[in-house]
Amino acid sequence: MTTITAGRPAAPDDERRRSRSGSRIWVYVIVGFILVALVRVTSGANDVNSSGTMRAALIAAVPIALAGLGGLWSERAGVVNIGLEGMMIAGTLGAGYFTYHYGVVAGIVGAALFGALGGVLHAVATVIFGVDHIVSGVAINIIALGVAGFLAEVFFTSLPGGGPTQSPSLDRPPDIDIPAISDRALRIEDKHWFLVSDLASVVGALTRNLSLFTVFALLLIGGTGWLLWRTSFGLRLRSCGESPVAAESLGVNVYRYKFIAVTVSGAMAGLGGGYLALVASSGFQQGQTGGRGYIGLAAMLFGNWRPGGMLLGATLFGYTDAVQLRRGEESLHALLLVVAIVLLIVGLLQLRRRATVQAVFSLVFAAGFLVWYLLSDTVPTEFTTMAPFVTTLLVLAFASQNLRMPAADGLPYRKGSAG
Amino acid sequence: MTWWRRALLSVAAPVLAAVVAALVCTAILLATGDDVSAFWNTMLQWPAERNLVNILNNASVLYLSGIAAAIGFRMNLFNIGVEGQYRIGAFLAAAFAAQAWLPGKLNTVAAIGVAMAGGAAWAGIAGLLRVTRGVSEVISTIMLNLIAGSLVAYFLTRVGVQTGVSTSTKNIPQDSWVGGISLFPGAPDLFGLSLLAVVVGVAFSVLLNRTRFGFDLRATGASSTAAVASGIDVRRMIVVSMLMSGAVAGLIGMPTLFGSSHNYGTSFQTGIGFAGIAVALLGRNHPVGIAAGALIFAFLSEQGNLLNILAGVSPDIVAVMQGVFVMAVVIAYEVVRRYRARLEQAAVADEIGSPATEPATA
Repeated sequence: MTTITAGRPAAPDDERRRSRSGSRIWVYVIVGFILVALVRVTSGANDVNSSGTMRAALIAAVPIALAGLGGLWSERAGVVNIGLEGMMIAGTLGAGYFTYHYGVVAGIVGAALFGALGGVLHAVATVIFGVDHIVSGVAINIIALGVAGFLAEVFFTSLPGGGPTQSPSLDRPPDIDIPAISDRALRIEDKHWFLVSDLASVVGALTRNLSLFTVFALLLIGGTGWLLWRTSFGLRLRSCGESPVAAESLGVNVYRYKFIAVTVSGAMAGLGGGYLALVASSGFQQGQTGGRGYIGLAAMLFGNWRPGGMLLGATLFGYTDAVQLRRGEESLHALLLVVAIVLLIVGLLQLRRRATVQAVFSLVFAAGFLVWYLLSDTVPTEFTTMAPFVTTLLVLAFASQNLRMPAADGLPYRKGSAG
Repeated sequence: MTWWRRALLSVAAPVLAAVVAALVCTAILLATGDDVSAFWNTMLQWPAERNLVNILNNASVLYLSGIAAAIGFRMNLFNIGVEGQYRIGAFLAAAFAAQAWLPGKLNTVAAIGVAMAGGAAWAGIAGLLRVTRGVSEVISTIMLNLIAGSLVAYFLTRVGVQTGVSTSTKNIPQDSWVGGISLFPGAPDLFGLSLLAVVVGVAFSVLLNRTRFGFDLRATGASSTAAVASGIDVRRMIVVSMLMSGAVAGLIGMPTLFGSSHNYGTSFQTGIGFAGIAVALLGRNHPVGIAAGALIFAFLSEQGNLLNILAGVSPDIVAVMQGVFVMAVVIAYEVVRRYRARLEQAAVADEIGSPATEPATA
């Protein structure tokens, strides 16, 4: 009896903490949005959040988010997956082959299938044979790069418009268009009113040429959140990542759950690759992923192993990727001010919590960005390509006390090792 | 366990893995309708003198990369960032040497020092983040790889000179080049600095087996809790081995830089860092094993270059073979390790279970 009453309060407390972290994400989003709007008005860099930039950001963010989703599945079950990049490459190839021969739907399925094959390989090596997760991931990245290069030449060389390193141009998944809303949004956006036009540009980006694949990806992210945190299947899967020995003692078949998780992880990364081939560009190209599997991994870490945070991270990284496309140097320069203000706020909050060392770091960085903003007119594009990685490193270094990865993530597990 | 059984088990894994890799590649070629016999004839023919030199040159570079990875692996520290450290080191050395602040070979030696320092510093960031902030070195070195790519690209546009479509640093003055070693008349020379691989290999071997540091390294890798209990400062070990790993990674670009390219440009070879990880895994992080792995990788790549012409097969199949080989090897090592552990347990159980027979056999 006592154990039950002692155990009870934990649940609502956990519930409250989670809903708080959910609403905190919204606070971040809204504050960030207002800041960008403010900077747009004061600096006149209107492409900072024009609907064109927003749409490009969405297209850049989705593959990162899908790779991150893959990382989430596998790491929640306790298997570190740095083979995401390779599985993504497999996905681009699968999308290229199946779309050309059997149409878009088959292409999307094919991307997931090829990615899942990579996932199965990772699962066989790590779960069944107990190979180190990092080692297996490295091997998968090497294999996938070779297989994609080899098969691309076999598949596409003889096709019209194809070549050894690229597929012919492919059909695209259908777009959703609501001109009644998007035209009006565009008109409001062109007025450049503070906040109103900024909201309109978001609405405009979501109502014109919105790919169904994008909607599908967002559904997958929401669905994953529901499946992993709201169902008993998800609870068991996550228990394999937190304490496989405890899960085993409760009758969970840990091997099976890990195997499923890593396979799904591969399928998600493969879909991310498929998105790159079908939506972000017009076909398979060699080297198309460009490290996005790793960026997805970074987005997942940034998001504290949770779907909402991961999506926020992916959006942030996708945005830095997209903003350089339209008068990027001017937009990026304006964003320096945003970064400075964000760091200033963070520093002041840390000061209030008496985390002096971190506060000093944040404030020094804030001052640095402010000086950079005042002393320069443009920002070289190389700095934006590395921005996601520097951000991830800084978040890991200075906010790691707020991060909590699955307790048994990356540790080897063998059935019957509970002793 | 008898000695021949032990020897058989340790040879079994790589041989088995090679067979698996060969079978997988054959299966793929059969499925795609390629000429399998032409493929194997090309791959297994004895290389020409020119190709032999290329193999040795590539193997020495891969060996350096493999040792860089192995230093960390030996204590379960996953330095995935060899690629980034190598690029930073090679770029800094090329930029430094091109300035010709020092005369002749002094410039060469100083530039090699710069490369080592640059690689070590870049790896040191990951080491420091690990011991001070608890950031996994796997993640931080992956991020540092990607940052290194952009950073080097940025500085290349700043200090580099444009020739055609590619940008590169200024050429190193000729008196700082390192001459080649002629193995065969008429064939290209072996890079002079490929001897660095031998030096580093011997140094790694001595360090590992003959010094206190090497013992600490191996002890930490075998069991970090036992290492702490026996008074090893694991945090210091992490930083020092990360620095050493980075310093060796800085050396990777040196044979090519001073032997043939004479500058660092956008066309400088990439991907060696990741190949080095594979080579280290193949060789089980052992100085001799890594040498074998590097030679095998270099051999396969060089033979692969002929595939297009001689067999009409895409050379990318070699990358598949290398990847499958590595994957099969690590799985096979793990299977053998489990099997051996079971044999040893059985042997011990036998001894404990029947002590009466002990004096008789001994």
